[in-house]
This record gives sequence, structure tokens and C-alpha cells, in this order.
Amino acid sequence: MKHLLGIEDLGGAEGIDEVMRLTDSFVEVSGRNIPRVPALRGKTVAWLFYEDSTRTRLSFETAAKRLTADTMNFSVSSSSVKKGESLRDTARTIEAMGIDAIVVRHASAGAPHRISRWVDAAVINAGDGWHQHPTQALLDTYSLRQRWGSLDGRHIAIVGDIKHSRVARSDVWAFTAMGAEVTLVAPPTLLPPSLEGWPVKVSHDLDAVLPTVDAIYLLRMQRERMTEALLPSLREYTACFGLTARRVDALRDDALVLHPGPMNRGVEIAAEVADLPRSLILDQVRNGVAVRMAVLYLLLGAGSDLVAAPAPEPLEGTPRG
Amino acid sequence: MADAGSLVIKGGQVVDATGERTADVVVVDGRITAVGTGLSADRTLDATGCIVAPGLVDIHSHLREPGKEEAETVETGARGAALGGYTAILAMPNTTPAIDSAAVVQQVLELGRPAPCDVFSSGAITVGRGGEQLAPMAEMAALGVRIFTDDGAGVQDNGLMRRAMEYASGLGVTLAQHCEDDALCGGGHMHEGEWSARLGIPGQPAEAEELMVMRDIALARLTGCRIHFQHLSTAGSVAMVRAAIASGLPVTAEATPHHFTLTHAECQGYDPVFKVNPPLRTAADVDAVKGALADGTIGIIATDHAPHAPETKELPFDQAPPGMLGLETALALALTELDLPVQQVLAALSWNPAAAIGVGDLHGLPVEAGNPANLCVIDPEATWTVRGSAMASRSTNTPFEGRELRGKVRHTVLHGEPVVVAGEPQR
Amino acid sequence: MDSADVQRAVWRMAHEIIEANSGTESVVLVGLQTGGLPVSEAVADALTSITGHETEVGSLDVAFYRDDIGLRPVLPEAVTHIPWNLDGRTVVLCDDVLFTGRTIRAALNALSDYGRPRAVQLLVMVDRGHRELPIRPDYVGKNLPTRRDEVVDVHADGVDLGEMLR
Repeated sequence: MKHLLGIEDLGGAEGIDEVMRLTDSFVEVSGRNIPRVPALRGKTVAWLFYEDSTRTRLSFETAAKRLTADTMNFSVSSSSVKKGESLRDTARTIEAMGIDAIVVRHASAGAPHRISRWVDAAVINAGDGWHQHPTQALLDTYSLRQRWGSLDGRHIAIVGDIKHSRVARSDVWAFTAMGAEVTLVAPPTLLPPSLEGWPVKVSHDLDAVLPTVDAIYLLRMQRERMTEALLPSLREYTACFGLTARRVDALRDDALVLHPGPMNRGVEIAAEVADLPRSLILDQVRNGVAVRMAVLYLLLGAGSDLVAAPAPEPLEGTPRG
Repeated sequence: MADAGSLVIKGGQVVDATGERTADVVVVDGRITAVGTGLSADRTLDATGCIVAPGLVDIHSHLREPGKEEAETVETGARGAALGGYTAILAMPNTTPAIDSAAVVQQVLELGRPAPCDVFSSGAITVGRGGEQLAPMAEMAALGVRIFTDDGAGVQDNGLMRRAMEYASGLGVTLAQHCEDDALCGGGHMHEGEWSARLGIPGQPAEAEELMVMRDIALARLTGCRIHFQHLSTAGSVAMVRAAIASGLPVTAEATPHHFTLTHAECQGYDPVFKVNPPLRTAADVDAVKGALADGTIGIIATDHAPHAPETKELPFDQAPPGMLGLETALALALTELDLPVQQVLAALSWNPAAAIGVGDLHGLPVEAGNPANLCVIDPEATWTVRGSAMASRSTNTPFEGRELRGKVRHTVLHGEPVVVAGEPQR
Repeated sequence: MDSADVQRAVWRMAHEIIEANSGTESVVLVGLQTGGLPVSEAVADALTSITGHETEVGSLDVAFYRDDIGLRPVLPEAVTHIPWNLDGRTVVLCDDVLFTGRTIRAALNALSDYGRPRAVQLLVMVDRGHRELPIRPDYVGKNLPTRRDEVVDVHADGVDLGEMLR
């Protein structure tokens, strides 16, 4: 794996498991007195954020720093991005400064794919339009795995604006690759126009799904969807698809609640629900750093192609592994 | 315009609307003077193993001049056309300024005069292609414009389209429609379906095209105006046009090579070279378009040649402009990908479009003594590999890069003058 | 070495640890992944039997501290387990074979991220020589002169010397 553009780049369960195991080690690192390892000493990671995202950027930045990588910020404020500026020119300019990895956030689906064709550096997709947000899916998977041990046979409902959600487009593939069953719950206007080839079930009735799930994943509801006539009102959305306190009672006792943040309390999730012990929301944030350390390490340190790389030289005389 | 002296195209198989025969063709002073065997002349073009056909006619070329000369000029577009076997092309009106007045028509015709291919101009239906006010169609028609279109966009307003068709019917001209309902497209950048859903790219449904096809068929019934549907791309559109023709309405249609060869799956690498309007559709749509070309529902193959400067395609998919090159690959794609008799392919590329744009007195005519010598010589078995960088176009945005095609233009003769000889442009 | 030799070496080194540190009050053992783990456990068992109170054992994976990251695939074998603050403790690093010393260098760096030990001591079952860094063991099961291209294999039944498979 040279780049992480989408969940499929990890090649299914085996690759995701590899990230999960590595994340275990970085969770341990993050808990130390000095939560930093010299693994990526001398490597430089650049942020190319065409879209504001303080949370994701900070998470990646913390991850890079805990690996002792140098970081460079190319955050392009939306106002200074002249539409029509060649993405290729920008990417190649950055690479010319001696960058080992570029973390890209862009409002356009596929922008990281394009960049990956033009540069030698590793490209990590930190969210592209409606397409994917693979590190989010990895941290979601990790957070669930932490609680359950395995996702195999679990039932997860993803609720809300699937159509415009890069998180859903990554989670569906990550969760199902790890053996979970996924049901998408949304009004038809907020579902993708086609689900051909998606290994999911679909429901428009949250109340019917609630008692059957092991976890419910709530997506952020964007206010602009109202103006696009996709929904009559936020009130109606909350009434039909919000996880209210009343609906929590319909969940099984051990069912978990996830949200990628930032939350609209009172819209897709009731204020008090977000803070229940069953809520994994803070675990997700915490694990985000370790997962991103694992991804950075896998792409920059461990060898981009583990299979094809030469066997390790035995240390201390004993062949290991 | 023609070289002094006589020219013979020797040893080829003549294919035109009247049939096929092995014959040499002698050209003097811009006209065919003799067709027969054992002919000779001052100068010889070898056509051994080749098809000698009327020059091709493209009724859908974006030449970008005036306004976007960095992408294409009338001159470079026409040169590419000549290399592709074309002797006539129709310039689309979405230039800057738009071709919406006699003055801009004049300018385009003027730019086309020295070109190695006859350049005709379409005219916009509405001022500035803005969809609000009728453009001066009669003034443009007086300069020979026979096709009016707002191509690049469809005329959205039903009432305005009705008036345009009524007005056009009085001028004896044809309205051509780029069928795309803007409201239903809703900012889509590719076909709405399996791939758009997977890739997270906003899509435009087939129905956005079909709704306008349906409306314009109804308006053709209402007004009696001749309507031509540009670049049909969906099975639904094809079925409606087939039914309209069967019911005797004055309806014609074109299809592009990319719509009978490529599907929306091409977009999976996010390369905007595959972005086009109407978008690449499903395999079922491709089959429907092929079927319509086979049964004559779609009688014309048009290129929708749409050059874009390389930097504009170095953007994310949703920011890049739609369109792809076509003039230098259309014939070979038709010969390679369509399982049709050569004569039927040539009908769709030459005499059908010539008649549609009202240049049938100059182009697409049978290869007979007395007719204007606008001809192309095609080696149907020659294979070649598509390279955008090797094209005459100022742009390189071909979606067929690296594809091996069968059928290559050897010579093109415009008004008796060889403008392409052995695959090389002569001017 | 056969298994009885190994066992005797473990007991001898356990006594040396007690002697050098005047008991095991502040001593913790840290085994290096993966070959050092069984060594650290065996020594801890011996210490516990001798002193009568439990000796704490941790494990350390030095993958992220190695100096050949990027040169070849380097993935951790297991999660490091050092659940104590090491400030003021005496850490006995345990490994099976001491060779170039590079793993120990990495381990010393790693340990410093867990606190500031009073002392770090090194225990190895086999010292085969060929050091590339100035590192010296405090407790040695056996000094075993080797060629550079030989392989030393420490396991429960003893220690074997073989040809390196290249």
C-alpha cells in the first residue's frame, strides 16, 4: 500500500486488522509519560487542507508529532483558493520541498486520487467531498473492536445523511469487511441514488431497526440540506431519525452509540444521549490519534509494501517473527 | 483553390451513398472529372487497399475560437478534422462571445476560409445562449446558418423553446437541442447511478436528458419545426426518438463515439478526461445507442469535439470542465467498435450529417464525375494507437489515450486539393 | 547448552541480581519482544522462589525505536507492557541473545520514555560477541563465541548454534 485513498486500499479484513494491531501499540504509546516515539525521525508530513477541519488536522498533526515526524502546513483557506488553480501544480510544488507524505482534505471527491498520480509522496485521504474518509472508518472500527473484541456478526445501523457522507462511504466497507452487518437508515432523499454492489440493508424506519442493533452510528445532519428540498425541516428529521432519549430506551442495554463529530445536539442526537456510558464518541476522538499514527507509520515507516520488501535482518542473532 | 493540374486517386474501393465499386477517381479544378479504371493524371494518390469515400462531415465541433484560443483555434480544429477524414465541420456557438449574431458568424466563417476543412457555423437560439431572449436567427440564416442550438446547455424554458421552434419553422432551419434539464441535473458531474454513488460524485440522472427529449418531441408535434437531438446518450431517449420518427415527426438524432464506446465506470479513477455532458452512461445505454445507430433511429455520428487546455483538466473531477476530443478518433472508433457495414458507417459520418446541416450540395455527394471533389481515403485495416500528444488539436483530452484502433485516414481532399497526404497534414 | 545448563544459568543470574542490588525491592524485569520474554519470566520465577515475594515482569517492543525503520519492514510483535512508572526503579532488561547491541540501544531509548530509572542493567542468556555499539551485559548466561553468519537459537530446551539461512 503506497497511499490510503479509500478503505479498499487496505485490501479487506487482513489489512484493516494490520492497522488495528498497530493501533494497539500506538494506544500504548499514547498512554506513556512521554507519548512519543522516534519512528518517523527525519520524515516530513504536509497537510494540504482545502477545507477547514480543525479536528481532523489536529488529530493528524498530533499523530505525526508523536512519531517525531516534521510537519508542514499547507492549509489553504477557502478564500485564497482560486478556482481553476491547477491541483497538479500545487501538489508538485509541495512535493518539491521534500515531503514524504501529503495528507489531503478537499471538498471535491477524488482530489487525493488525482494528487497521488502526480507525486511520489504517500497520499493520505483525510476526507474528499462525499467520497471517503478512511481514517475515520478505521478509528470507528477500532473503537468498536476495543469494546467488542471483534465486529464479526455484529449489527450496526448507520443513520442519517448517507448520500452526502464520506464517513458512511468508508464505514460501510470497513464494518462489513470486518464481518459486521450494516443497515443504512435514512429517508430516501438522503440515500445514494444507487446502492448496487453495497453489502448493506436499507430501512426508512429507525424505530423498527433500533431493537436489533449492537451499535448505532449517527451522521451529522447539515443544515443546508433543507434548502435543497431533501427534507421539509430539521424538526421533522429529528422526529423521524433523531436518537432521542425515548429512542435510546428501545436500544438493547449493551448497544453502543457513535458519532463522527461535530455533533448537532438536539438534531441527530439528543444532548443527554451523547454523554451516556454507551456513547463511544470520546473514544472515537481518542483513538483517532493512535489510528492515524498507525496509518502514517504503515505508509512511511513499516515499508510501503510489506510483502514485497526484503526480509528483516535478524537482530541479536535470533530470527524474529 | 485546387492545385494546378490533375490528380488521380488510384486503386481504391469507392464507397458512397450509391454503392461500392473499384475505381480510380480523377480530380481537376476542384471537381471529380472521371471515375473508372486505368485512369491517370499529373499527380497520383495511392489508395491501394483503401476506401475512397465522400469527405466526412461533423455537425458538432467546438472550435473554441473566439475566446478560448488556448484550447483550440478554428485552424487547429480544422487541421485535426482533416486528419480525421473530415471535409466539413459545424462550429458550435458556445464561444466567447457566443455565436449569436451575424457578426460572430461572419468572424467564424472568415477564420475558417483558409482552413484545411470547410468550416460552417451554427447559431445560438438565444442571446448569449442565456435562454431568455431569441437570437437574431433570420440574420444568421441569411449568412447560411442552417442549425441553431444553445449547445453546452439546453433551452430550459418551455415557452421560449416553443416560440423558438415556431420562429425557426418560418425560416426553414433546424433547431438542435443539447438535452439536459438543469433543475434535474442539480449540479451533477457524471451519470447518476452505481458509480456516482460509489465515488461520491454528484450525479445527473438519465431522466434529465429524457425529460427534454420528451418535451421537444411534443413541441415538434405542436409547431411542426424540425428538431435535431444532439449526442443522445440514454436508452430512454433512444426509445422516444424511435417512436417519434415512426409517428412521422420531423426528428433527427446524433450519437457520439464516446457514448457508443465508454461507460460511467471509466470515471472510477476520477480523471476528468472522462467528464462530458451528457455524461458517460451505463452499458445498457451504450447498447441502446449502438442499436439505434444500427436501425437508423440515430442517423448521424457526431464528435462533440470539445478541447480543453490541459491545466483545466488537472483539477478535481467536479471542478474540471466537461468535454473530450473527437475529430481525430471518430472514424476509427466507428469502424472498430460498431458492427455495421462500412457504407452505413459512412452514411452516419458523411452524407447524413451533410444533409442535416444543409451542405449536401458540397459534401457527402456520390463519388461521380461533376461533383465537388471533397473526399477521404481510408485504410480500413491499418491499426494505430491513440496519443493525445500526437494530435493536431491544441489540447490532449482524449479519453481513448493508449487505445488501439482499426481504420486510419490516409488522404483527405478538399475542393480538389490534397490537404492530408499519407496521414500528414499539407497545410 | 542443554535445558539443565540453561536452568542453572537462570538460577545463577537470579542470585547475582539479588547480590548486586542487595535484594529485589526496587527491581523490575523487562523482557524484550519476543526472545527476551521467556528469559525474563524464568528469571522472575527464580527470584520469586529465592526471595519469597513476587517479582514484577514487563515486556518491551522496540520496533518504533529501531534504527533500520524505513530500510526494511519493521512492525511491532506485540504491545509493550510496562504498567509502572520507572522513576527510581532498577530495571533489568532481559534478552535471549546479545549480538550487535542495536536492540539494546533502542530499548534504552524506549525505557527513558517511561520514566527515569535509578539504574538499568542488562541480562542475556547468550552473549555471542560482534558488538557494534558500546554495550556490555551485567548478567550473562553463557559467553558463546560465534561467527557473524551463524545463528543462535535460544529455546526452552537449550541453546543451539546453526548456519544462518540466507
